[in-house]
Amino acid sequence: MIIEKTPTKKEVILQALESVKDPEIPVLSVIDLGMITDVIVNNDDYVIIKMVPTYSACPAIAVIKNSIKSKIESLNIGPATVVVENDKKWSTNFLSEKGKRALEGFKISTAQPVSNEVTHEQVVEAKCPHCGSDNTTLNSVFGSTLCRSTHYCFDCKQLFEKFKPI
Amino acid sequence: MQHIKELLTKMADDDLIIGHRNSEWTGLGPILEEDISFSSMAQDKIGHALGLYTILNTELKETDPDKFAFHRKETEFKCCHLVELPIGEYDFSVIRHFLFDHAEKLRYESLQSSSFEPLAKFAKKIHGEIKYHIFHADSWISRLGNANEESKSRMQSALNYTLPYAFSIFEPGEFEDRLIAEKVFIGEKALQVQWLEKITPIIEAAGLKITTVKNPTEHYGGRKGYHTEFLKPLIDEMTEVVRFDETANW
Repeated sequence: MIIEKTPTKKEVILQALESVKDPEIPVLSVIDLGMITDVIVNNDDYVIIKMVPTYSACPAIAVIKNSIKSKIESLNIGPATVVVENDKKWSTNFLSEKGKRALEGFKISTAQPVSNEVTHEQVVEAKCPHCGSDNTTLNSVFGSTLCRSTHYCFDCKQLFEKFKPI
Repeated sequence: MQHIKELLTKMADDDLIIGHRNSEWTGLGPILEEDISFSSMAQDKIGHALGLYTILNTELKETDPDKFAFHRKETEFKCCHLVELPIGEYDFSVIRHFLFDHAEKLRYESLQSSSFEPLAKFAKKIHGEIKYHIFHADSWISRLGNANEESKSRMQSALNYTLPYAFSIFEPGEFEDRLIAEKVFIGEKALQVQWLEKITPIIEAAGLKITTVKNPTEHYGGRKGYHTEFLKPLIDEMTEVVRFDETANW
């Protein structure tokens, strides 16, 4: 026998947030990025979403904030407020496993979790997302967006990007 | 809270001005990667300036960040002379970036334990970002210092020229004693010692030499509102569009 449980409002909201993507990396949702720190539904159905920005100068934050607000309000639960928690620190450790796989599918390499501080090795090493080789070199710590570095693969001779550890 | 305002203002102004200087490499970098790197660092610096102006606004009742950043007179800016200098040649820009960013990283590291909590949280938040600026600076100091005679001599002369200006970062402010006593900040003197200890071995490993700076106070003045002749034209340029119509919505 299958018991179908009606999802709670919070579950509905979290599900809907899976479709709010980072405009710079459209395969990643705000949930995959670990940007959502809290979802509160008040008794009078007023929704408060708390989010942490990735980089302090990320130009996509305002766009993401507005997309979250309109997405939640389209669910007809109630009015929504999105609070950006500027004093909280974001780290690539917040990236979900699903998010990592999506990035790799998008041919952007990912890094190992950061323990305390990013080490030089963590910045330099990268697995080629095209051929899987570790025989690569760091090209530049800055790439097409603040969150990526560029690398070169000696085996398949491709330049590629990595979602850099922070 | 005047002492904390002064500390935040000078840090934010340094970030805003060096950010604009870095952005002047956009489209002009000697190689594409460097064009992108200086542009990315510019973006970070201006983001950090905004973060600090926002703390000034929300915690210390200073005016709106955009107004504060762009509607002050030159004499109300508290940035140091080092960040005001034009970008010059690439050797100068790399050396300035190296000298400034090491000071910046140590400053924010010490501020992680500041008694002024909003600043401590902000310092923790951006630590990882500044680390990438250091990775970038150190790798170019090492590559260009160790490459060939031409690059080595150009790096050495850029260092000799820039080092006296770098001491302008550490010009103490009016409220230095109070900031130290209240454990808001370790103070410029202590920071300068840490900085010299940090940069010396990196410079030496790149085959370059630190020359003695006879008068470290030579380029002081910025923290008190006295600036080089390069700041005013930069502010005029930054605000050229907004001055057409200061009430316009963007």
